[in-house]
Amino acid sequence: MMMSIADLPLWVAIIVSVLLIVGAMLTLIGAIGFLRLPTFYERLHAPTLGTSWGVGGVMLASIIYFSVAGSRPVLHEILIGIFVTLTTPITLILLARAALHRDRSEGNRIGLKDDDDGN
Amino acid sequence: MIPYPLLTVSLIVMWLTLNAFTLGHLLLGTLIAVFAGWALAALRPEKPKIRKWHLLPILAFRVMVDILRSNAAVALLILRGKRRPHTAAFITIPLEIEHPVALAAMSVILTSTPGSAWLAYDSRQKTVLIHVLDLVDEEAWVAAIKQRYESLLLEIIE
Amino acid sequence: MSAIILFTAVSLAKILLAIALMVAAVRIFVGPRAQDRIIALDTVYIIAMLLLVTFGIGSGRLIYFEAALVIGLLGFVATVALAKFLMRGEVIE
Repeated sequence: MMMSIADLPLWVAIIVSVLLIVGAMLTLIGAIGFLRLPTFYERLHAPTLGTSWGVGGVMLASIIYFSVAGSRPVLHEILIGIFVTLTTPITLILLARAALHRDRSEGNRIGLKDDDDGN
Repeated sequence: MIPYPLLTVSLIVMWLTLNAFTLGHLLLGTLIAVFAGWALAALRPEKPKIRKWHLLPILAFRVMVDILRSNAAVALLILRGKRRPHTAAFITIPLEIEHPVALAAMSVILTSTPGSAWLAYDSRQKTVLIHVLDLVDEEAWVAAIKQRYESLLLEIIE
Repeated sequence: MSAIILFTAVSLAKILLAIALMVAAVRIFVGPRAQDRIIALDTVYIIAMLLLVTFGIGSGRLIYFEAALVIGLLGFVATVALAKFLMRGEVIE
């Protein structure tokens, strides 16, 4: 049974709002950084802003809101949160390795010492 | 019969979370979880031996706090933009941990922190190449990573 | 009172996320290299997922969360396949 939004305690509404806006704001800053940073390896850092506490903030807001409003158990968001925190590093590491591989095969010796062929 | 009990249980819990909690879903979820356990066993991943369970929450808490701090630092850095230049750098860190699961945990921790990204691990020299967005003091970075995460991971996973 | 606060917050979050979505999408076109475009695509997936969850909070409907989960899964698989393609030039070896 869904409680109407107007009956929600004020402090819950404020916490949910703050978390939601902080999460969205972090995601936006991450996206802006992604556009502004000059090199690929620097840009690699920007999306993590959105996927760590950006996702965390929005999911926490959703968890608090739905558990107080009492319409359903709040486990979907936890699943999404765990899923995103585990998968984002994997995609980023894979992409970083692919980029490193491409850069090195073009002759850029990124992060290599002189006596090392990088393979 | 059930090679990975923890995986099987969490799959059942996940199935029941995504669907309704009924007897039918419990049976179906159990069936799928058991088969998934067998499928994973066929891949023969290396099984980690977790020695000290009680240290896991400490590590998780530490990582969460660090990610929060790093979030604030990187957000400030992006907002300031070109007014205060940052120094991005590649650094090589020698690692003591060797177990694949510990390395995987380390790479996930370092990459989820917005200030640092794991690039490539060199298994011959046991070093890892990471990229740091705003490097002030390389020694301090290496020491912090070794102290905060590696020592705990070494104790947890054998 | 709390309804007004919540409505404002949800609307503001939607606007912020929509701007973030567009900003990230610019990178898909700007590039300059394939890896930049792929990370941009991954970011767009994640932001779209957050936008769906925000819609879910705004409307109170469960269906948005299922959609968010599906988008998250698809985004992950797509990005991994593309990264694999960059690495070797073929997805299945």
